[in-house]
Amino acid sequence: MADASASGTSGGRKNIFRTLEFDTRLLGMVGAFILVCIVFNILTEGRFLTPRNIFNLTIQTVSVAIMATGMVFVIVTRHIDLSVGALLATCSATMAMTQTQILPGLGIDYGSPLIAPVAILVGLVAGGLIGAFQGWLIGYLTIPAFIVTLGGFLIWRNVAWYMTSGQTIGPLDDTFQMLGGIGGTMGETASWIFGLLCVAAACYAIWQARRARIAHRFPVKPVWAEAALMALSALLILGFAATLNAYEVPSRVLSRAFEARGEVLPEGYTQGYGIPYSVLLLIAVAVAMTLLARRTRLGRYIFATGGNPDAAELSGINTRLLTVKVFAIMGALCALAGMVASARLSFHSNDIGTLDELRVIAAAVIGGTALAGGLGTIYGAILGALIMQSLQSGMAMVGVDAPFQNIVVGAVLVLAVLIDILYRKRTGDA
Amino acid sequence: MIDRSATPLVEMRDVSVSFGGIKAVDHVTIDLYPGEVVGLLGHNGAGKSTLIKCLSGAYRMDAGEILIDGTRVDIQNPRDARAYNIETIYQTLALADNLDAASNLFLGRELVTPMGFVDDARMEAETRRIMGRLNPNFQKFKDPVKALSGGQRQSVAIARAVYFDARILIMDEPTAALGPQETQMVAELIEQLKAQGIGIFLIEHDVHSVMNLCDRASVMKNGQLVGTVDVDAVSDEDILSMIILGKTPDTAAT
Repeated sequence: MADASASGTSGGRKNIFRTLEFDTRLLGMVGAFILVCIVFNILTEGRFLTPRNIFNLTIQTVSVAIMATGMVFVIVTRHIDLSVGALLATCSATMAMTQTQILPGLGIDYGSPLIAPVAILVGLVAGGLIGAFQGWLIGYLTIPAFIVTLGGFLIWRNVAWYMTSGQTIGPLDDTFQMLGGIGGTMGETASWIFGLLCVAAACYAIWQARRARIAHRFPVKPVWAEAALMALSALLILGFAATLNAYEVPSRVLSRAFEARGEVLPEGYTQGYGIPYSVLLLIAVAVAMTLLARRTRLGRYIFATGGNPDAAELSGINTRLLTVKVFAIMGALCALAGMVASARLSFHSNDIGTLDELRVIAAAVIGGTALAGGLGTIYGAILGALIMQSLQSGMAMVGVDAPFQNIVVGAVLVLAVLIDILYRKRTGDA
Repeated sequence: MIDRSATPLVEMRDVSVSFGGIKAVDHVTIDLYPGEVVGLLGHNGAGKSTLIKCLSGAYRMDAGEILIDGTRVDIQNPRDARAYNIETIYQTLALADNLDAASNLFLGRELVTPMGFVDDARMEAETRRIMGRLNPNFQKFKDPVKALSGGQRQSVAIARAVYFDARILIMDEPTAALGPQETQMVAELIEQLKAQGIGIFLIEHDVHSVMNLCDRASVMKNGQLVGTVDVDAVSDEDILSMIILGKTPDTAAT
């Protein structure tokens, strides 16, 4: 078939970003994030960008960010999940009851190494099953996702309440608590090693992608662009590790730790926290979900179904089962997020995860997931969660009144979507 | 000439489909031989698309049977149809607009690496290969298909149908959105595919295209088959009167 637009390489001027093949949307979000950070840093007279605050921001973001990666899949397939905050509560309650009531009742007592893994497994299974059930209602019984999850919003919040009789359940198992943030960090050496491993992995991935393109005789970027990309990722990864390492454990916490071992804190001894395990978990979730989205058939089908459900169906994709899978993934991620959230508090409380559904949807949407379906990225959703959390804690640090904090966050959400619509109109995208 | 003494490639016998009391397809029987193009004609709503969607697996028939190479088959969904090497080019093209040409071409049948991950590089290479044959001007392999022109999108849909060794090809108004030059290329492609022994059902509105491209024409009206004629034995007017009046020219009925 002949076509008029055969000139694939438009003769326009090639700018540096295009050579590096950067996503302009990603650049916009990073720009917005940097702007938020700089403004708050000025308003708080330098307190916003301290290692301590960056550490706190990171661990506060994890729970919402984990769920936001799943919400990307849900929204990409043209659905919505309003029940994630409530589902988080049910999963958190399940894990808390498992470790404080059920397992000790079975003779596995406090402090047993079995408690944390069993509780987490039970939580994941519960979350996955509840998610799959909601997905079945949506996919097979064709009840709109909005309705199913609106019902779920009420049901799971109150299932959690019923399970715990509304009580705060804690303290949670010590090993379990290590997944919450400040209670479990890698320490400086391990953080550096992990950072270097990430740098190696990033460079290898960039190199491998280039080799694959050469093997198929596709055009490749100039070598300097690849090198610049590698250098930039190395800088970001190691900078992150260095920042978290620079947040030092307070000396009284250290001296207590030494006393517990019957030693005395040596003069001038300091120790950095390093990367929290919860952040490690978020990174693992992000990598796994990105792989799922881009490198597996399931991911391909999720995006195809979002782009054109009829075409997906006619291509032999079982879109009903796909819906079940997408919501099961969302449910399991709610359980992971519930684990991090309750571990950070060191107990399960009745109001855990309240309003999280809004934060999670907002994070995904600010991160560029289109509600019309078919478009969205995992890293965008995580960045969206980070921007939301930065706004929220920045305003708290500046001393903005609580009602105004929420008003601003709401306005930012609407504004972000408006900017996205204008951007897409301009680029002719969607 | 087509040899019609052997077993037909496809037979749809006595097929009926109804939607809530309305008989969209009413006891229709059609067949198709290897290397043959059978045109399906009729007004909008005559039931031709509904009939053919039973063969491509998009709809399920209420009564009747489908035979391929003389064997009765059960087609429940598009996956089953693909397993019998039945490929369809839908009028809507059925492309996922947000994905690129290669992802669309292999949708539902992705090439995977030994690790089980989708092999995008190999799929793109294969897409470049088949596009080089079908539409050498096609260059936009990296763009989502919504960025393509009507003709380019059509060529992606056609490439998807012919790439997987189709034996039975269903084309639902393949030239409706195309200019004259592109229509000519589709006509040439149909000749090529015929020569390879592929059987083609062509749903078409334009009587002239049918006269040019098809060996036989089956005309439907109000869900019923008016008749099947040999296009060489009838005139344009005969076919038009079949479509409009539902009358078979008694000289040419096969």
